[in-house]
Amino acid sequence: MVGIVGYGVYLPIYRIKVEEIARVWGTNGSRISKSLFIYEKTVPSIDEDTVTISVEAARNAVEHSEVNPKEIGAIYVGSESHPYVVKPTATIVAAAIDAIENLTAADYEFACKAGTAAIQTCMGLVESDIIKYGLAIGADTSQGKPGDALEYTASAGGAAFIIGKEGVIGEIKDTYSYTTDTPDFWRREGRDFPSHGARFTGKPAYFKHIISAARGIMERNDMKPKDFDYLVLHQPNGKFPETAAKTLGFTREQLHNSLLVPYIGNTYSGSTLLGLAATLDKANGGDKILVVSYGSGAGSDAFIIEVTKENEKRRNKKTVKKYMEKRIYIDYSTYAKFKGKLKGVALQK
Amino acid sequence: MSSRVAVIGIGITEFGELWDESYRALITKAGTEAINDAGIEGNEIDGLYIGSMSPGLFSGQEHVSSLVADYSGLAGIPATRVEAACASGGLAFREAYISLKSGLMDIVVAGGVEKMTDSPTSSVMITLMGAGDQEWEAFKGATFPALYALMARRHMFEYGTTLEQISEVAVKSHHNATLNPNAQFKFNVTLKQVMNSPPVAEPLRLLHCSPITDGAAAVVLATEKKAKKLCENPIWVEASAISTDTIALHDRRSLSRMDASIRAAKYAYEQANLKPSDIDFAEVHDCFSIAEIMAIESLGFCKPGEGGKLTEDGETKLDGSIPINPSGGLKGKGHPVGATGIAQIVEVVEQLRGDAGKRQIDGAEIGLTHNIGGSGGTCVIHIFSNR
Repeated sequence: MVGIVGYGVYLPIYRIKVEEIARVWGTNGSRISKSLFIYEKTVPSIDEDTVTISVEAARNAVEHSEVNPKEIGAIYVGSESHPYVVKPTATIVAAAIDAIENLTAADYEFACKAGTAAIQTCMGLVESDIIKYGLAIGADTSQGKPGDALEYTASAGGAAFIIGKEGVIGEIKDTYSYTTDTPDFWRREGRDFPSHGARFTGKPAYFKHIISAARGIMERNDMKPKDFDYLVLHQPNGKFPETAAKTLGFTREQLHNSLLVPYIGNTYSGSTLLGLAATLDKANGGDKILVVSYGSGAGSDAFIIEVTKENEKRRNKKTVKKYMEKRIYIDYSTYAKFKGKLKGVALQK
Repeated sequence: MSSRVAVIGIGITEFGELWDESYRALITKAGTEAINDAGIEGNEIDGLYIGSMSPGLFSGQEHVSSLVADYSGLAGIPATRVEAACASGGLAFREAYISLKSGLMDIVVAGGVEKMTDSPTSSVMITLMGAGDQEWEAFKGATFPALYALMARRHMFEYGTTLEQISEVAVKSHHNATLNPNAQFKFNVTLKQVMNSPPVAEPLRLLHCSPITDGAAAVVLATEKKAKKLCENPIWVEASAISTDTIALHDRRSLSRMDASIRAAKYAYEQANLKPSDIDFAEVHDCFSIAEIMAIESLGFCKPGEGGKLTEDGETKLDGSIPINPSGGLKGKGHPVGATGIAQIVEVVEQLRGDAGKRQIDGAEIGLTHNIGGSGGTCVIHIFSNR
């Protein structure tokens, strides 16, 4: 059965605290932390972008999967911060991991769920024996307008998943999507920062799609929340997934292991995949995982994954936890420099 | 004197963040409900009056008089949009009342509607500030929470009104809203929660402020002759009064009272030949909690400066001596600005019919609505009775 053969993650080393961002804008940091359930977020260094994050995660995935990169027949990179508008991230990743030249590659964009859409495409190609392995990546260096509510959560990170039929550590039992045309969050061509519909991003957007996809896949497979050991949801902040899990009838314990956002922020296209990686870091053979991503615009992809004994035999050594523990705190001015928020910067010597 | 005027039908939508409902859907829903309640046909309606503050800025739609007539299946009939900021609904009702009193029409519908959640909060704030003085208030950075905060400060300074007293208004409104199936906030809040909610414009905190709301309400008015023929329980309009004041707060003689309210109340009591003590309950304009305290003073339910104490003593609760905002008010029920004035009338009619369910005020016979535009530049007051 088609499933996950290996995975790799990457988080930048730099962190900024919500308190520090709030200090600059004169808002109440502890109140924001409490209401959004977020304390700090990752910050990409000045020379990090979606390409470098994707490459790091892909290298870790190849290492973990032990597959020959030449056998990877497809690479899809999901992101809403591809460095080039025209020119693929995926080809740079392919070259960096030496998967060239006999493969297909493309960049995906569906707000925060492009990474799970990439997994679905790889599943189809693998299942139909067109390719042996497919590499699906979700990575972002997400943007938030200075002073906007997004600035407290928009962070950077990514994860890569190798999909195949041999050496599977987690069988993908089913996937189910729920998609509508809902304009809750967008960024137009040539704009530096996204716009959003404030409270409209909640009930009619995130909650409607996550809950519909989760219920749809459980119904189709005749499963209930208690049949799962773990729940992984897209995490724009800490509060939304907790509320959605409760609405669906899951416990905090089922969700908690994958809830990384309070300490790494919203990694957008990386968010759901990093949550899944953190779950696989711990999960044992026989464990069942429900994964539901969310992308604004809007849609959710749901997956039912059953972990195999192979996962215990071949534990990923570069865990999410390790990347979370390696951190250097920076102040807002360094953050502004790293994120390119300063205007008219002279060339550095 | 011409014949009396009665309300013979009412309709109201749920109030809240109604993401799936458009402007036209909201008002036609409320209007249809009102027409069905009155038991009349569309071809019996002589005219429409629509109170709406700013559909152009909220949703890009102007010319809503024609829009509403069209989507109600009534294209062809006279339709008029009325605008007086948050008092648009109350004033639309008054214009409808005048059209009947003039003898030109026999049956008219007065509606109020606002679709506010299509815009981000920052644009909603700017749009709402259109109700203030652009040159002297808005351009200088004032917003309505700030203007009402100034009034609250002055009221506290002059009369010793406390933040606890102001907060009790919100506690009571939320409680009443739990009994109103159409309310936006059907949950209770404690005094501590109100006092500790995030500051908006000191001393006003989040839970002292009415929300951004989508919603619509409509009523059918008829002349005495038609009302008696068509309706078993008409609710009579005993007074319709309006007064205006300076649009800018700083031009007023006092910050701790609203002269438009005081004058409109005087005209209304004179018209109805009633005293404040004759009123059984009132729906007042509590866009901010301090506004309810000032309103009950203006309406003569207590002396100036004693509104806080009257509230603190529980006299404005459902079982108090003068229940205020049994619907939950603007704070608990929600405040779709153009709809508010009509929604107040819908509540009064339900109470006077004895149809208000769990929030019914026993033996209510005379009810009053008090609808404010801006910081008090317009006040519209109506008095109703079931006799």
